[in-house]
Amino acid sequence: MRWLALPFDTFAIQLLNAVQYGLLLFLVASGLTLVFGIMGVINLAHGSFYMIGAYLAWSLAEHFGNLGIAIVVGVALSLLIGAALEWLFIRRLYDRDHLYQVLLTYGLILIVEELRSIVWGDDVHAVPVPDWLAASIPLTDTLSYPVYRLWISGVCIALAIAMAFVIQRTRIGMTIRAGASNREMAQSLGIDIRFVQLVVFAVGIALAAFAGMIAAPVSSVFPGMGNQVIIICFVVVVIGGIGSVKGALVAALLIGLVDTFGKVLELEVAGIPVLPELAGMSVYVLMAIVLLWRPEGLFGKRAP
Amino acid sequence: MHDDTRRRLMLASAAALALPPLVARAQGTKLRLGLMLPYTGTYAQLGVAIENGLKLAVAQAGGKLGGREVEFVRVDDESDPAKATDNVNRLVTRDKVDVLIGSVHSGVVMAMVKVARETDTLLIIPNAGAGAATGALCAPNIFRTSFSNWQPAYPLGKVMIERGHRTAVFISWKYAAGEEAAAGFKEGFTAAGGKIVKELYLPFPNVEFQALLTQIASLKPDAVSCFFSGAGAVKFVKDYAAAGLKDKIPLYGVGFLTEGVLHAQGDDAEGLLTTLHYADSLDNPRNKAFRAAYTKASNNMEPDVFAVQGYDTGLLLAQALDKVKGDLSNRAAVVAALENAVVDSPRGPWKMSRAHNPIQDIYLRRAEKGVNKVVGVAWKALEDPARGCKL
Repeated sequence: MRWLALPFDTFAIQLLNAVQYGLLLFLVASGLTLVFGIMGVINLAHGSFYMIGAYLAWSLAEHFGNLGIAIVVGVALSLLIGAALEWLFIRRLYDRDHLYQVLLTYGLILIVEELRSIVWGDDVHAVPVPDWLAASIPLTDTLSYPVYRLWISGVCIALAIAMAFVIQRTRIGMTIRAGASNREMAQSLGIDIRFVQLVVFAVGIALAAFAGMIAAPVSSVFPGMGNQVIIICFVVVVIGGIGSVKGALVAALLIGLVDTFGKVLELEVAGIPVLPELAGMSVYVLMAIVLLWRPEGLFGKRAP
Repeated sequence: MHDDTRRRLMLASAAALALPPLVARAQGTKLRLGLMLPYTGTYAQLGVAIENGLKLAVAQAGGKLGGREVEFVRVDDESDPAKATDNVNRLVTRDKVDVLIGSVHSGVVMAMVKVARETDTLLIIPNAGAGAATGALCAPNIFRTSFSNWQPAYPLGKVMIERGHRTAVFISWKYAAGEEAAAGFKEGFTAAGGKIVKELYLPFPNVEFQALLTQIASLKPDAVSCFFSGAGAVKFVKDYAAAGLKDKIPLYGVGFLTEGVLHAQGDDAEGLLTTLHYADSLDNPRNKAFRAAYTKASNNMEPDVFAVQGYDTGLLLAQALDKVKGDLSNRAAVVAALENAVVDSPRGPWKMSRAHNPIQDIYLRRAEKGVNKVVGVAWKALEDPARGCKL
């Protein structure tokens, strides 16, 4: 076995890269785990709303000339879209098998992709970074770190804290948790569970779209961009434990670490190069190991 | 009423029975071109550009090739290699096309090459650069009007050495096109006296470049060379600039890096040097005439390198079919006509190599204010080495 070690400063910067990527993953996956865990709905179209968010950010930023306003308007719009979808479609599926949900949300992927093509076309677009975040901080003589990426990390951390606070410490959070653990009981105690579900689904969609919006300046905006994130999002949810926001955060950071260092470390086992050749697999190997060890995920509830 | 219906039914059946031979005879005189291109999915626009270019060339030849009317049979290949064998078999067996034309995706083209070799159908490849198609798997009936992945990458090495860069890092996705481009670049760069410090790859189509950019910064090569296209190319160029590398370690690329995405890359692409067999801004009367005609014929769409490749496919066919007077029955004569054609392309005149891939000039272009400006010819009449081809 042969390792190629990294110099310390490079290692530190790679660690920063890993955390930053992990936090962005958490942001996208949090909405998915919320909807999945609390409502029991598998939303395959989650990635599509990430894409819609990015396209909204692009078109609204062009229109208003300001990414901040674009994000506020975009989040409001995606809340409305989410609520409408829940009311029209998802509502009818709570008592059905997961297979129906998979079918419906897969159909949504196709429809959203086609609508995107009709409304915005198939071109690749770029969203400019807001001026006040456009600077870079020099880290070494050749490398600087874009302030916008650090800002994204900050937003993700703030959002994680806010989500934890709302779910654990507020009355709304309590009703959400009650609805998740026993729908009938919560209903008989006078909680309007239908309304709670409408809100949770809308928030889930808005979180996906919000992630697409703030990621747009660094990821660029292009057709099918949601399909790239949806798979890794499911990996985050599965590793973290279904429905656990804390689990999603830990899993996303783990994936960030494994993905980043899988690409840059060099590892040979018995003369055969393992890394970075197999970097594309590293995340899935991590998932397999976690599932063997804890089939319910890191922070998932054990099946009774 | 009943009798009437029955009589009409019988008449209709009789007519239907009588019809097929008539249709078959009519088809016998028409030249059937089987277009297997992506019309949906990521590469849909490329498929459309290729078809528009091809149809423009046919229209300019008077709507006929070698004196025969042309009939297009279109199949959407969806850039899906899993469906490719079925799709191409349908064109060959059911639709009985005279010439197969396609496609964009290399995996799809490899299936087409296989079927073309098995059924001895004429195949013209208007895009995919997979080396094997005109290399180890070359065949008398297989031609390419675009490029091989090796071709635009090879001259990049010389270009970088001429600008004083002795060491380089190469970065791309880990997939066939990226690795073939890497091989071309490596060959050209080392032959010119350069040294490749490291090759970096990401799994396709991963766009999380940050870790590898950090690595480039710590390796400090004289320059970086890359192969990316589409949305990934936009993100790479922007990330490279955002990491502060643009002004410290010059970035070079195979031309697809800045094709069709320059507006999205914006200022971050300004000054980038790339190599390709075409540039929109090529200053020759042939290109200007082509661009004007294409824009007029295609609803004000601007032609790109893919449109040129489609157009050249049409020019090649027109020339070869004129030579054999539309008669495809003598295969040896048809192949000879295709082999000896000199295509008067918007990219400059070119002809086929022994392996049936264009021998063409590779241009050096600089991205300036949203346009790939031609700086000069990076390599005159470059021929793909076609290793493993026994033609």
